[in-house]
Amino acid sequence: MHARTFLPALAVVSVLALAACSGAAEADTPASPSSGGPAAESVTVEDAWVKSAECGMSAAFGQIENTGDADVTVVSVASPASTMLELHETVENESGEMVMREKDGGFTIPAGGVLALEPGANHIMLMGLTAPAVAGDEVTFTLTFSDDSTLELTAPAKDYSGANETYAGGEGHEGMDMGGDDADAGGH
Amino acid sequence: MARDRRREPGRGGPTRRQLLLGGAVAGAGAAVAAGADALTRPGVAPPSAPEPLAGAGTVPFHGTHQAGIATAPQAHATLVALDLHEVTDRDALRRMMRLLSDDAARLTQGVAALADSEPELALVPANLTVTFGFGPELVRRALTGSAAAPSWLRALPAFTVDRLEAAWSAGDLLLQIAADDPVTVAHAQRMLLKDTRSFATVRWTQPGFRRARGSEASGTTMRNLFGQVDGTVNLEPGTADFEDLVWVRDGWLAGGTSLVLRRIRMDLDTWDRLDRGGREQSVGRTLSNGAPLTGTHEHDEPDFEATTAIGFPVIAEFSHLRRARSEDTGQRIYRRAYNYDDAPTGGEVSNSGLLFISYQADVDAQFVPLQQRLDELDLLNEWTTPVGSAVFAIPPGCAEGGYVGETVLA
Repeated sequence: MHARTFLPALAVVSVLALAACSGAAEADTPASPSSGGPAAESVTVEDAWVKSAECGMSAAFGQIENTGDADVTVVSVASPASTMLELHETVENESGEMVMREKDGGFTIPAGGVLALEPGANHIMLMGLTAPAVAGDEVTFTLTFSDDSTLELTAPAKDYSGANETYAGGEGHEGMDMGGDDADAGGH
Repeated sequence: MARDRRREPGRGGPTRRQLLLGGAVAGAGAAVAAGADALTRPGVAPPSAPEPLAGAGTVPFHGTHQAGIATAPQAHATLVALDLHEVTDRDALRRMMRLLSDDAARLTQGVAALADSEPELALVPANLTVTFGFGPELVRRALTGSAAAPSWLRALPAFTVDRLEAAWSAGDLLLQIAADDPVTVAHAQRMLLKDTRSFATVRWTQPGFRRARGSEASGTTMRNLFGQVDGTVNLEPGTADFEDLVWVRDGWLAGGTSLVLRRIRMDLDTWDRLDRGGREQSVGRTLSNGAPLTGTHEHDEPDFEATTAIGFPVIAEFSHLRRARSEDTGQRIYRRAYNYDDAPTGGEVSNSGLLFISYQADVDAQFVPLQQRLDELDLLNEWTTPVGSAVFAIPPGCAEGGYVGETVLA
């Protein structure tokens, strides 16, 4: 088999938050991922994508791999595509339904481990789209780790009919569709 | 500080996704090796010998040319044509082709596409190729500046034998999805079409087949459902002729080509009335091995001067072999056809024919004169009817990280 790369959108650019860092942080460089360097240095994201949506809510998925030898924790995520983003998990509620809710403390990826963000499981929730995310759009995300280092990635928007998890905790949210219109409506 | 830390799953073995999904393909190489050993000792298969599997084969997606053209024809192919939505503009075309190229790049390597709802079905690539073609309307929307559409990118001239149906003709975007396993084709088709929904609607779908992989020696010329050896005289990938006559040299299509699809209904009921001698006369070749009636082997050169005892040409003037041949060696095409066998209607027992698919650098210079000769005179026309016709520009391939169509959409 030949080596290959897919959409350049999937190329992950690790961006140390140098602008936000003090001189102390700079003194850490060039830290190798295995020697207690910034968390973002040891993390890669593969196969990222986001569910297309006209407005409202959507969700992003992918495989977050920690290649370092220390656990890392994603504590927040930001994107120009959405005014409010949360890290969500999907759990069984008291009635036995699978519901999603914000993940307390963020996503921890163990050393050498992979965290799968997938429909029906952990995901990044976009709760206030600033514009329609139409199929083929490139959506940029910035993951922030517990040590304040950040990782930027882009994910293509794809039409997807699944990922319609129930939102836990509030009557007003229950049963809300994470995405916009059904993809097969066509004709954006 | 920027760097790409992403792994390239194709380089060193199974991807994480494949491992997560059970590594169905990952062990295939070992299985083939063990199977080969078993084959050398017929009847003495070790009890635990893994069955040799052919589904692990992959064809590179990236390259100068799109795959699925010079690729040895796989057993199954489905051609799908789509009509673009009114609102699908140049930007949307770029988004669509990036998505579709990414899907194809993954699926052809046995990797699930992004947002693949049935990822397990992606694990048997079976030499899958996905080839994209652009119809006249797509190219019109894509072009900017001084870039021009090739003059041949239009409906073929009307031929007297044509009985074309819109349901089998034309289209804005073509997907040629081919693999040695029909489940692989079905999954790729489903995945790709899901990603076209925002941009286009399906116009027609035409599935075709050849002998299953492994049924005959690789490289055996296919037989159509008339039983004829079909495609003996053909450009051969890897030859200078193929390079010259198939690939476009200049402009945004450089490295690309054209695809002509002719859906040719074959009337098996009237064909049944013809005896073997008549069948061989109609083509000018034997049914047994496809040799010209003046020769003994399939690839023997026909002798058009040879006559029978009473003075008639052995290979008749009206034979397909004779009519298809031109003195002009530039009027050659590369054929990559598939049989079709749909459900019969109206009390008939067959609805069969040929998806005649040809590639050539210039439709007007190569395909059209050939078809004109066959239209004027070809005994086979008695039993065959073109019911569908379409012409597509086939853009060049793309490199890793690129997408098909970038030479006109970027």
